Parts: sequence; structure tokens; C-alpha cells
Amino acid sequence: MKNLIVAPAPHAHSGDSVRKNMLLVIVALLPAYLVSVLMFGWGALITALISIVACMGAEWLIAKFVLKEQPTIGDCSALLTGLLLAFNLPSNLPWWIVVIGAVVAIGVGKMSFGGLGQNPFNPALVGRVFLLISFPVQMTTWPRPLGFSGAYVDAETGATPLYYLKQVTKHSDLAAMEKLPQLWDAFIGMMGGSLGEVCALALLVGGLFLICARVITWHIPVSILATMAVFALLTTPEGVCPWNYTALTLLTGGAMLGAFFMATDYVTSPMVGWGKIIFGVGIGLIVMVIRTWGAYPEGMSFAILIMNATVPLLNKIRPKRFGEKKK
Amino acid sequence: MNTFHIGGVHPNDNKRYSAHQPIIECPLPQKAIVPLAQHIGAPAQPVVEKGQKVKVGDLLAKAGGFVSANVHSPVSGTVTKIDTTTDAWGMKMPAVFIDVEGDEWAEGIDRTPEIIRSCEIDPKEIIDRIAAAGVVGLGGACFPTQVKLLPPPGKKAEVLIVNGVECEPYLTCDHQLMLEHGEEIMIGIQLLMRALGIQRAIIGIEKNKPDAIAHMQELASRTLGVEVKALKMKYPQGGEKQLIDACIGRQVPSGALPIEVGAVVDNVATIYAVYEAVQKHKPLVSRVMTITGKSVQKPGNYMVRFGTPLSEVVELAGGVPEDTGKIIGGGPMMGRAMNNIDMPAHKRTSGLLFLPEAESRRIEPENCIRCGKCVSACPMGLEPYLLSKQAELQMWEDMEKHDVMDCIDCGCCLFTCPSHRPLLDYIRMGKGKVGGIIRARQAAAQKK
Repeated sequence: MKNLIVAPAPHAHSGDSVRKNMLLVIVALLPAYLVSVLMFGWGALITALISIVACMGAEWLIAKFVLKEQPTIGDCSALLTGLLLAFNLPSNLPWWIVVIGAVVAIGVGKMSFGGLGQNPFNPALVGRVFLLISFPVQMTTWPRPLGFSGAYVDAETGATPLYYLKQVTKHSDLAAMEKLPQLWDAFIGMMGGSLGEVCALALLVGGLFLICARVITWHIPVSILATMAVFALLTTPEGVCPWNYTALTLLTGGAMLGAFFMATDYVTSPMVGWGKIIFGVGIGLIVMVIRTWGAYPEGMSFAILIMNATVPLLNKIRPKRFGEKKK
Repeated sequence: MNTFHIGGVHPNDNKRYSAHQPIIECPLPQKAIVPLAQHIGAPAQPVVEKGQKVKVGDLLAKAGGFVSANVHSPVSGTVTKIDTTTDAWGMKMPAVFIDVEGDEWAEGIDRTPEIIRSCEIDPKEIIDRIAAAGVVGLGGACFPTQVKLLPPPGKKAEVLIVNGVECEPYLTCDHQLMLEHGEEIMIGIQLLMRALGIQRAIIGIEKNKPDAIAHMQELASRTLGVEVKALKMKYPQGGEKQLIDACIGRQVPSGALPIEVGAVVDNVATIYAVYEAVQKHKPLVSRVMTITGKSVQKPGNYMVRFGTPLSEVVELAGGVPEDTGKIIGGGPMMGRAMNNIDMPAHKRTSGLLFLPEAESRRIEPENCIRCGKCVSACPMGLEPYLLSKQAELQMWEDMEKHDVMDCIDCGCCLFTCPSHRPLLDYIRMGKGKVGGIIRARQAAAQKK
């Protein structure tokens, strides 16, 4: 008989792979991306393409020439980082700023820690926050959603709903409520904002797909959004309809994108149910504190990055052991 | 529908190859090699000598301790030597070698197909007959059955849980046994209930065997105290602790035995052996084996006398398929890859699975992406990613603190890992080390 292969059990595998998970997340992002292209035209296409190419290129070059190991861009994680980074950028950002963001995201955010699975912070958000601090003007100038009629860089720009919400909460400027989009417009994405964050409906569809495909669990998105909702209901300024205010809180800015796609990044989120819930509640609280009292109109990126730092601690929460007695 | 409450995975069950294949009697070998350690515990002590004539059912070796089991001759013929033989993993095991002559059975063994229904036997007598017949757990662990029937002082059995789950993919021997010998199994259940002095038994069967569920339900409806529970398909439901959880919703605490929650678990094949031992005075000398795989010519269920070289059983199933890359003793989740099939069948060999070359190799591991799927999959509620890392870093004390000894080797972590990390390999290594440390500590404590 010919030589047989021997290995310890199990001899079967679920067929799951890193690449498969990454591709599923990318598929889940596609509806939102499609809406962005319809809303922002060429800007959405070009920014995403630059970001993806730059992320994959940076990973390949760093792996090959700095770390001197076999590049693993085939696992599609750099592709996903690139797409997520683009989702967090205004669609009219100059191309070289996008490239800088991508290089920081991959170089500093991921590869400097040893590559896939080793980074404590969400690489796309590291890139975005770096750009936000370095290029505050470009990063907070959002194009109006005009479709393909707008040019790539010099599109007509305007303030985002979060700017007006801030006027309401921080400066008690109730007139700003009038300038906020209608709920339906906010739901389908007819408003200014970063490339991929505007269409709550599309993000929700993608997020639910990820939960059904068992790529992510409900814990993180639900705890983030529930915390934000409760916080908004309790802190609604006087004279404003609390339901309207809460709904706008959840539908605008990076709430949906952050809750379903950014905070659920495997590498930088806790592994066990209760850890995930605490993580989500923490993000929800921090984002609302920043939105309500902080200097920035939006705080999703900061909230997720801050909670990323607590993940090693949250992973100390043990799952319920079999046969463990209730205390 | 009932199932266990923590973790678990859903492998493709692949039972279609050998399911519903009637049990075929395998021809006798010319030379039988009968291992003396076919069970957990001390090896049996030989009571025959070279040159001695034996009949089927004659005692070859006596149980070597409390946790041990008798070994009987599965064939008739002449003992040629008592020596060691090498199993498929290179381990030496003591064995009795017999040249087979005819098929003559020892006196007192009832070989008629007649079913003996009367269970009016003294409980102690039942246990004695089971022990005498060398019955062990045929589900895989091969724990001597009589030991389970004698609960330690202070513990009381309340319910017998019958394992008809067969959650390992591919294997179908228990399924077929339930279909063909359900009535005998039902009598075996009554005998065990009587031996334990209990009034309740639950048969757990996964719902991928609807005919077995219906058949056993029909038989149970005529039997007092026995009920059938159809269980949701989930691996490792056939694990002792998982099955108890699925059937009666009680979880056996860490380090404890099922009797702690009042349960005694026995596999259907074991119970069939109990029936034969008690009612027919027939010692355990054969078992049903599943020979299966995508490319096997005649996959099926074969009744094999112990001592028959596995290669002869394989011939009956059409020989080793051309594309074979791996031969597994048992199922794909917990079975062991073998490097040959020359070893004899014995109480532990539940099946042979032939995997094609293309499915035989593991995929190169990638970095852990901390997805936590191993944690969700672990049926014991452990953290496989952490234990595996701790084992890599030789942090034995931390592994003990993270309950590595609770691991049941089911393989769910490795099965589910998207990065194909060798989680269980490391955990197994750690379990060995930690087990050694614990034993050394206990020994030191005893000295004081």
C-alpha cells in the first residue's frame, strides 16, 4: 500500500476561511457602496479605488521588503481595509490624501504590529483619524449628494446633518432642527457625509446579511445602537421631539457604518458575548458624549478606537463553562 | 427540539454512503490476533497457554483489576503464542494469537435467533453476567460497563440515558443496529434499568435518523419508563456530558462523572452486547463496524469478529479505494488516522473511513484573526484560542486555571477555525502536560 497521510483529529473542516469572511464583509458593503456611487458619482468610485489599491500595495511592499515575508494580500483583508477607509472619507478628498491615509492605515495600523490579527486598533480608523487630525479642513468638507453631475474634487460642499445636530444640542439653536434632513431622506441617504456612511438602509441590509451569514453576531451592533438610542432619548433638548431626535441620531453620521462594520472587526473586538456587549455599550456612550458635549460633531471613530484599547481586558471575561454553577 | 446548550458545530453528516446497508457477517480469518487491552484500564491477564485449544466464547484473559474487562476468544482453534502485536499507530499491545479451525462455540451460549424477553433476573446477577462477558462501552471509550453499574457510595442513579446519537459523520453502525436489533436493545435497556434499580430511561437519537426514531418510539411505547427523544443535529451530541444535557437538561460539573447528576449513559451497541451477555450468555466477541468513504466500492455495516485483520474486512467492502489519502479508525471528527490496516479489529474499532487524497491534507494555518468562532463552538465553554497560545508558550499553570482538563477532544475548535490553526493539537499537548503536573501534585500530597 502507498504511503498514507496521518494527522491528529479532526479530519474534517467547516470550509470557513479568512478570505471567505473578508469577502462576505465586502459583499455586505456593496449595497451601501452602490448608493454612494449614485449619490456622489465619480468621487465615490475614484476614492475607493485609490484607497484599495494603496492599502493592498502598502501591505505587499511592507511584507515583501520590510518584514521580508511572503505577502498575504490574497486573504483580502487589505482590500477590505481599503474599502472601509474609503467609506470613512469624504468622496471629494484629493487622491494624495487618500494615499497617505491608506499607508498609515496599513503601515502604522496593521503591519507595524505584525500584520493580520496582531493589531490592537482598527486599521481603517487609524488611517481616518490620522487624516482627520492632519487635514481637518479637507476631511470635514463633504460634497452634497448630487450624483454624477458633480465633479470629483471641486464638488459643491455643505455641512452634514451632524453639524446641525450639534447646533441643536450644544448651542440650543432650535432653528437648526429645520435644516436637518427628513427622516426618510436620512434613512435612504439623501444627505451629506462620508462616502459610505450616508445610506442607513443599505448599511442595515448589509449588516443583517452579515448576522444571517454568521460572520458577525448581534451583540456589538445592537448594544451600540441601543445605547445611543437610550442616551439620545434621555438627553433630547427641550422643545425637540425626542423620537425624531433619536432617529436622526441613529441615522446620521457614522452610527450604522460604525456599529455594523467598523466595531465588529474581528481582530479588534472582544470574542465573548458579554465582552462584546460591554464593548458596544462603551462605544455608544463615548460617541454620544462626544456628539453631545465634545468639540467634534461626530465621535464614532474615536469611540471605537478607545474601546479597541479595552479589548484585551474584555477578553478576560470567560464564557460560561459547561456545568458551571450559577453563583 | 432538544439539544445541548453550549457550543457545537454542524459538520456534513455524510451518512448516505453506508446508511441502511444491512449488517453483513464478515468471514472468519485464518489467523486471529486478539489484543488483551481492548478497554480503558488495566490489561486483562491471559489464562490460556500456547498450544491450548479454544472455542468461541472461551475466556482468554481475565480482567486485570476493578476497571478492566475479560477478553474471550472470538474464534475456535489453537493458541499459537501470547506475544505483542503492533497497532496502526506503532504502539505495542499484548495479544493472543490463534490459528482458526472451524467455528465451534463454547457450551451454554445460545446462538438461536429467538428473542428472550423475560427480564426476571436478580440485579446482581445481571451485573455479574455483564462483567463476565467482558462488555465495554462500544461508543468509543471502551469503559468497562459493569463499573458504571456500580455507583460509588452516596451516589444514586436516577435515569439511564441511551446513546443512539451517532453524531460522528459517516458512521452508521449504531443506526443500523437500532433498525435491525431494536427489540434486543429495548430488552437490554430494561435489564440495565433493573440492574440500576431505576424506572426511567431516555433514548437520544438525532433527527437525521427518522426511521430509527420511529422504530424505537414504537418499541418504547410498549415499554414502561422508556422514552425516545429526537435531538436536533449538532456535533458533539454523542459526547457523554452533551447528551445528558440534551436529554435531561442537567450539566455534569467539571471533573465529575455522569452519576453526579444521577445519569448513567450507555451506547446502543453496548446495550445490545448487554442483551446478548445476559439473555444469551454470549460474551462480547464481535461488533458492527462501518466501512465507508466516498470512493469505497461497497460501503456498509459489517459484523466483525474481534481478531480479524482490518484488511480482510476492507476486502469485503471492495478493497482500499485507488484515491485513498487517509484511512481513519472511527469518524472524521475524533477518529485516528492509521498508517496501515493490518491490525486486528477489536472492541474499540467502530469503523474505517477512507478519505480521498484531496481531502486528506490540512490547509496551511494563517494568523489568528481573533474571530472568537472557536469560543462559540467549544461545547465545554472553553477558550481554545487562548489555551492553544498558552500551550505554545508552555504556560501550563495558566492552562490549568483556564480549565484545559475539561476539554473533551471533540475537535470543534479546529473544525471551525477560519485560519486553520492547529488549536486542538496544542491543547492536547497542554492537556497531557497539565494532567502530568496534576498527577505529580496528587502523588506528592499523598506522600505527606
